[in-house]
Amino acid sequence: MNRKKFMGVMLLAGCVTVAMATLGWSGEDERWEHERGERGEHGVLPVTSGVEPVMNKTYKAECSACHFAYPAGLLPERSWVKIMNNLDDHFGDNASLNKETRETIENYLRGHAADHIPNRFSRSILRSVDENQTPMRITETGYFVHKHREIPARMVADNPQVKSFSNCLACHSSATHGSFDEHGVRIPGFGRWED
Amino acid sequence: MKRYMLAVTVLLSAQAAVASEAVIQGQLEQYRSQGAGPFNAANGEAMWQKQHMQEKLGKEVNCASCHGANLKEAGSHIKTGKRIEALAPSVNPERFGDAEKIEKWFGRNCTWTWGRECTAQEKGDILTFLKAQ
Repeated sequence: MNRKKFMGVMLLAGCVTVAMATLGWSGEDERWEHERGERGEHGVLPVTSGVEPVMNKTYKAECSACHFAYPAGLLPERSWVKIMNNLDDHFGDNASLNKETRETIENYLRGHAADHIPNRFSRSILRSVDENQTPMRITETGYFVHKHREIPARMVADNPQVKSFSNCLACHSSATHGSFDEHGVRIPGFGRWED
Repeated sequence: MKRYMLAVTVLLSAQAAVASEAVIQGQLEQYRSQGAGPFNAANGEAMWQKQHMQEKLGKEVNCASCHGANLKEAGSHIKTGKRIEALAPSVNPERFGDAEKIEKWFGRNCTWTWGRECTAQEKGDILTFLKAQ
């Protein structure tokens, strides 16, 4: 390892330590305590694991024309059931499908929903949702709100290149591969985002 | 080798263009069998531009609301911001290659934009306008 690279790694490690320490001080982060613990288990840099990327072709083809094909693991099964049974009023749009296509997509989403996928993001999302509630949007979940709480409207809703928090791919350029890592975020017109 | 690759690319894109032309002609023929025609690109363009009050959104919308003002460039979905690839077959040969897809989107988008289904005449006019882009 050359000297420059070594210094870079040291600097990064330093930043991560400071970032983790900051997280440790912040009381409002307690609900997501387990996440830090998991990072600790690995003993090194935070693992850049994401959610399971979308693998179902029918889901991709039918749903991703209008919006990003959200990974199934970002909502609990009960949410997908509710969404897939209200396609004639899909957030104000008619997104009806024929019976066979609808069933194919619903089965895929249910089988890969947050309650069935053992990964960090899915568990964080599940824990942030009240058991008696059925969120219809990923953006409504406590985890999502928490993770995006510092992003001002001018970067998303008022940014013509982004428009909405529904537009994951505008800023999370590796979202298609299931990676929502903060370090990969580039907000169009604003550049990198790291808090 | 480079020249060979180029030839293959040109051939493939030419074939794609031919494929979409055949699909479009098939659709136009179907609309004619429903009593529509002849089709007029200028009428299609006028339909494309026509504004309609979308009550759920509380604003005027037209096709360009999602597909963008320039058909040779990508548009973005009015609500989600999702990129919608260019519709002009001259820059996006993947367009209009599947009859079922054309009908599915006429079904969804006419209803969303104008609050009703498009007639066979309107679909024929719009397709005639779009295929020349």
